[in-house]
Amino acid sequence: MTEISVPSSLDGVEPVQSVRTPIRMEYTFTPGVAAQTYLREFANKKILGVVSPVDGAVLVPPRGADSRHGALCDEFIEMPHTGHIGSFCVTNVPIPGRELDLPYISAWIFLDGADIGFLNLVAECPPEECRIGMRVEAVWKPDEEIGMTAENILYWKPTGEPDIPFEAAGVRGWHVGKEDQTNA
Amino acid sequence: MESHERLSAPLVLEYPFTRTTGPVIGAFLTGLREKIVLGIKRKDGSVLVPPTEYDPETSEGLTDMVEVDQTGEVITWTWVQEPRDQSPWDSPHALAMIKLDGADTPLLHAVLVDNPESLKTGTRVRIKWREKTEGHIKDIEGFLPMEGDDD
Amino acid sequence: MWGKKIKPMRKVAVVAAASRQEEKMLDNEVEMMVPLITEVRTKTGLDQTDIGFTCSGSSDFLAGQAFSFVMTLDAVGPVPPIAESHVEMDGAWAFYETWVKFQMGVIDTALVYSYGKPSPGSLQDVLSTQLDPYYIAPLWPDAHAVAGLQARTLLEQGIITVDQLADCAVRAGTVESREEYFSQPMLSDPLRKADCPTYADGGVAMILAVEGKAEELCEKPAWITGIDHRIDAHHFGVRDLTAVPSARLAAEKAGVHDGPIDIAELHAAYTTQDLLLRKEIGLPETPNHSQRSYSIKADTLMASGLLRIAEAARGIWDVQANRALAHATAGPLLQQNLVCVLSGESN
Repeated sequence: MTEISVPSSLDGVEPVQSVRTPIRMEYTFTPGVAAQTYLREFANKKILGVVSPVDGAVLVPPRGADSRHGALCDEFIEMPHTGHIGSFCVTNVPIPGRELDLPYISAWIFLDGADIGFLNLVAECPPEECRIGMRVEAVWKPDEEIGMTAENILYWKPTGEPDIPFEAAGVRGWHVGKEDQTNA
Repeated sequence: MESHERLSAPLVLEYPFTRTTGPVIGAFLTGLREKIVLGIKRKDGSVLVPPTEYDPETSEGLTDMVEVDQTGEVITWTWVQEPRDQSPWDSPHALAMIKLDGADTPLLHAVLVDNPESLKTGTRVRIKWREKTEGHIKDIEGFLPMEGDDD
Repeated sequence: MWGKKIKPMRKVAVVAAASRQEEKMLDNEVEMMVPLITEVRTKTGLDQTDIGFTCSGSSDFLAGQAFSFVMTLDAVGPVPPIAESHVEMDGAWAFYETWVKFQMGVIDTALVYSYGKPSPGSLQDVLSTQLDPYYIAPLWPDAHAVAGLQARTLLEQGIITVDQLADCAVRAGTVESREEYFSQPMLSDPLRKADCPTYADGGVAMILAVEGKAEELCEKPAWITGIDHRIDAHHFGVRDLTAVPSARLAAEKAGVHDGPIDIAELHAAYTTQDLLLRKEIGLPETPNHSQRSYSIKADTLMASGLLRIAEAARGIWDVQANRALAHATAGPLLQQNLVCVLSGESN
């Protein structure tokens, strides 16, 4: 620390070394056109995806654009409530602020017909039985509790149907369309 | 979409910063807690208030802190009719650049007057301290015009 | 090198631009930027894979999200992987970084964009947090009040007059007449509402190309004949508020005085700053040609500066100007200033 000289009136006084400067930022968050459309239908227990105008890939949930190509996606389609696990993780550590029985399974879920996955919980399934390619279906909250929130689906549970092949599970959208090209 | 009302949700971000001060700002804030104001001397003898660790023009390290007076002069000012939520003040006040006697640069703070007509550039002011000081710029409650010093 | 005027080694031009401003936009940042980026790519016939470098400017505090620019890259499409960079500054500085990249000789084309969507949050709170965190920010002065401090200094020292402010407000279109100006009450005394910016959500996208390529992409490329940016001290208490040395120097280094300026697109959010900048850069107070748009009427933090460059380029494309100046500023009270000169002729 640099040596500085101060007036003698501060001799022997406990020096201030830190200061509290809290900042509070208030926002009225608006979700954008695609997310609004998705949330409104989600409140009707419908899951919407969008179709990429570039190669037809189906993206769920919609974020406004095909993020691979920067193309606006305005064609919405309704998705089934079933899919498969593309990958998963078994966690033994609680999440602050969320009540979950430990261990819990978080999974990358691919709806039937979708080319990208999304993160959600899997339950009614012992962790040791969870596997890539396992078929799952949505377990919704009671109808009276459904709203415009990502919390509508409590979790996903196994359907008991045969698994999809391991090689076919997981990310597919990435591979659709354009050949690999180098940046100019 | 147009037929629908816009969806929205409140989002609040809070950054509960505790900043370390370093020796110079620390000494300035220590001074405020003890109800004195410190500046720092530049090579040419001029005094910066509030003090910085380095000369803002040459970046030369500065180390010589000196006490300045608690009275000074309004260099420029504006009127704040509706203080914002996080403002330390909840009633209308002037926001001013105030050059303390003994200092060569002004600091920003409030002048606690009831209306803009009570203030002009050049008005002499003195510090009003908060009763309880803790080592914060808000230890200064504001500045008050000096009685009988109106020209 | 720093003592001299910086002559670009490679000639670079603005060949396409698209912009949008609205008071309160429903679209999110990605939805706002996709049409703009698509427009400039379509105008030039370039695919993202043809573009050598992509650079953007935005602010996380405006978006209310950490590293928010990575989401907006959805609007560009980074597949296959693109060469990309970002500045937490107005897009004019992304433009400068891109120009430097051209001078390095590693790219022939580039996409530059920036955006700001202040409507969901409190812009004044965001602007307060850019101030010194120990001495000033805890007092939460708003930007209009800080501008008011400078305005009073300028008025009382006789550097500008209230009549000039009124005329500037009329020129910028915040009021119809002097009478209307003087009928307004004080907002941040001595500033009236007509002196202060109205904020807007918005974005700008732009394509740059090097000589040889630019002529293929655009009928009349807007050549960058000079560009420079400079900075003054952060603490405005140590600054002389009646001068902007950084703007003066940046203008000089950008070669503003090498010839007549037909259009000056100034990023001045306050009438006082417009007048002060004109004085510092050496521009007529009442220009022959008006600016194409004014930040006072619609200021979009992080995009207003790049928009000034876009407007200057449009002046060249429309043959309204042969030589146009664009200025961008950032930081409290014109702390940082960028000046760029565009020309219809490459030399």
